[in-house]
Amino acid sequence: MSVNFFWKAFELYPFLNALFIGLSLASIWFIAAIGLAIIYGTMGVVNMAHGEFIMVGAYTTYVLQSLLGINFFICLPLVFIIVGLFGWGVERTIIRSLYKRPLDTLLATWGISLVLVQAVRLIFGTSPLYVSVPNWLNFQIDFSFLHLSGLRLLIIIIAMGLFFATWFLINRTSWGMRIRAVMQDKEMASCFGINTDHVYGLTFAYGAGLAGAAGGLFGALKTLFPDMGSGYIVEAFLVVVVGGIGLLGTVFSATALGELNSVFSYFTNDTFARFVLFTLVVVFLRFRPQGILTDGLKRR
Amino acid sequence: MNLTRRSMLKNAGLMGATAMAAPTLWIKDAMAADPWIKKGGKIKVGILFSQSGDLAVIENDSNQVAQYAIDEINANGGVAGMQVEPVIVDAKSDIKVYSEKISQLILRDKVISTFGGYTSASRRAVAPIVMARDHLFYYPTCYEGRECTQNIINTGPLANQHSFDLIPFMVKNFGKKVYLIGSNYIWPKESNKNAKVWLEKVGGEVVGEDYVPLGSSEFAPIFNKVRQAKPDFIFSTVVGDSDIAMHKQFIEEGFKSEKLPIAALTTGEIEVRAMGAAAGAGHFLSAPYFQTLDTPTNHRFVENYLKSKYGGGGVTHYNMEETYLSIYVWKAGVEAALKKTGNIEEITPRMIRDVSAGIVIDDNISPEGKVWIDPDNFNIWLKPKIGQCQANGQFKIVQSAAEHVAPNPMSIYPERGVCKADGLHSPDGKIEKNVL
Repeated sequence: MSVNFFWKAFELYPFLNALFIGLSLASIWFIAAIGLAIIYGTMGVVNMAHGEFIMVGAYTTYVLQSLLGINFFICLPLVFIIVGLFGWGVERTIIRSLYKRPLDTLLATWGISLVLVQAVRLIFGTSPLYVSVPNWLNFQIDFSFLHLSGLRLLIIIIAMGLFFATWFLINRTSWGMRIRAVMQDKEMASCFGINTDHVYGLTFAYGAGLAGAAGGLFGALKTLFPDMGSGYIVEAFLVVVVGGIGLLGTVFSATALGELNSVFSYFTNDTFARFVLFTLVVVFLRFRPQGILTDGLKRR
Repeated sequence: MNLTRRSMLKNAGLMGATAMAAPTLWIKDAMAADPWIKKGGKIKVGILFSQSGDLAVIENDSNQVAQYAIDEINANGGVAGMQVEPVIVDAKSDIKVYSEKISQLILRDKVISTFGGYTSASRRAVAPIVMARDHLFYYPTCYEGRECTQNIINTGPLANQHSFDLIPFMVKNFGKKVYLIGSNYIWPKESNKNAKVWLEKVGGEVVGEDYVPLGSSEFAPIFNKVRQAKPDFIFSTVVGDSDIAMHKQFIEEGFKSEKLPIAALTTGEIEVRAMGAAAGAGHFLSAPYFQTLDTPTNHRFVENYLKSKYGGGGVTHYNMEETYLSIYVWKAGVEAALKKTGNIEEITPRMIRDVSAGIVIDDNISPEGKVWIDPDNFNIWLKPKIGQCQANGQFKIVQSAAEHVAPNPMSIYPERGVCKADGLHSPDGKIEKNVL
């Protein structure tokens, strides 16, 4: 029995596959984190309910797909809109009155997350459910050595799409300009006639919508259960903490963390990979607490 | 009143001493005076499963079936003419909550026995408290063995009852190379140790071994290594939600169950329901019970359970059947204890355990067929079976043991000794109680 060696020997093709899987992990983490990063970056609100927005997105996809028979690909934008609207409602009713008390937003959003978990548990029960993907997505691309699963490829493409869409929104539209203005200096922005309340509401809705769409995708790849959010929020926070609040930072940190995790799992095992990852993050934060990239936009 | 410093000190000292002595006295009195079962009342038992969290996928059904069994017993006249009252608590898939709740059940609710748990981690969280109180705990699912306690009765198969026919079956039908995947905690690791012993006997070879954290749902890195190692089959001890994610990603990664079947100890009807029958079809499971088991008792059990108010899940499962059994083992234990003392108020949890040695649950009650409790180690004698999952999510039994297989908690640790009713008899003649 030759597997008792801790380190696996290097072999090129499986290693290249591991790099691809790293990319796939990175895209999943990026999709999970991007909504959180935007909400935190713009509003300074640490949304503890982010994982639960993902969960709500996954369950919404399940309802649309299984009960209403809507195609998976139409579900995703629908879920984006539905969870976005839901997030907007949350911001209007709860978060809005707490901007001056950042610690309370932490508690409030955590409370929201508990309410959401229990509500879903009451409605759907605790048994895991699944979102099925169209059959043609269950394909694999086999080059001589490279194995790409269709669904993972799709998630990578969607992650890139989300990145460009968000980048475009923030850097090339007037709404994005307002967001950047509010990010830099809320009071000054509102002096120039920007309705900051409005900007906050829409940003929160956008972040929530992204979480919802993420939920739809994750539901297809993994399992749906009421507590699923807590798994994603850890990864999302990790990415945001390492990346800093900028969009590019999120991309970089997600890629770095995903690849590190995959490569270390390849050479050793999954448990050790996590250990290495968390240790590196702690060490990294000791020397660069503001994250990999910060846009220089922040005044906080 | 004249308060001097000296009198203050004296009084304080006296009060302190009384305060320290009083509770001990009181507890002893209460224990002696208060019978566990009061005549004219109900017999209280604890039901300790996770109704939320990542283990709820399984334990929720265990919780349902335990209540179903108690209802069934109550409807048929109860135990020794008394009704049974379940005290149901949610362990929330959290080890801390298990140990907290078991104390509450024993001390506050004064249940006479508790049924619960699905992972070894939870059993080991509960065990020290149960042993310290000399109480009684029924653990109704498969586990690794390696323990010898005087306060736990197990109604699920041990590692030695699982692997001994599954591994040779897989090696014979599919090939010698196996990849071991498990959740990262004690049961998978011990099961894999057992599997390796059997592999060695039939000339098999381990080409890879990986563990994922409980609750983890990312299997791409592992499947990459599986592809490289080219095993003939996968031996899986992945539990809970992770198991479901693994089977889904197995398909997404382009594996086929005909080419690379998964031989599991856990993937039963509940899991297949949750992952979709398409993801489960073709894989194998070793268990003492399957819903498709063709016996009159099982037909009755399945039919009555599914149409009861607890049967909304639509399936029965080896884990549920073992939970159901555990309640009947307990019932038989209480009745045997009553026969021994003649006075129901004298029955203690420990007494039920002691008289449970060798208790037989006959095939008119046990859906999996006749089973009995080992008089030495208080695990269960049963007939392991191997099922293959079909396209409808049900299992076809492809092999069934002809004889009952003895439970042996120390099967791969013979140097530790032999588990007897009074403790672990180590080779040097010492008897050690409550070995965890």
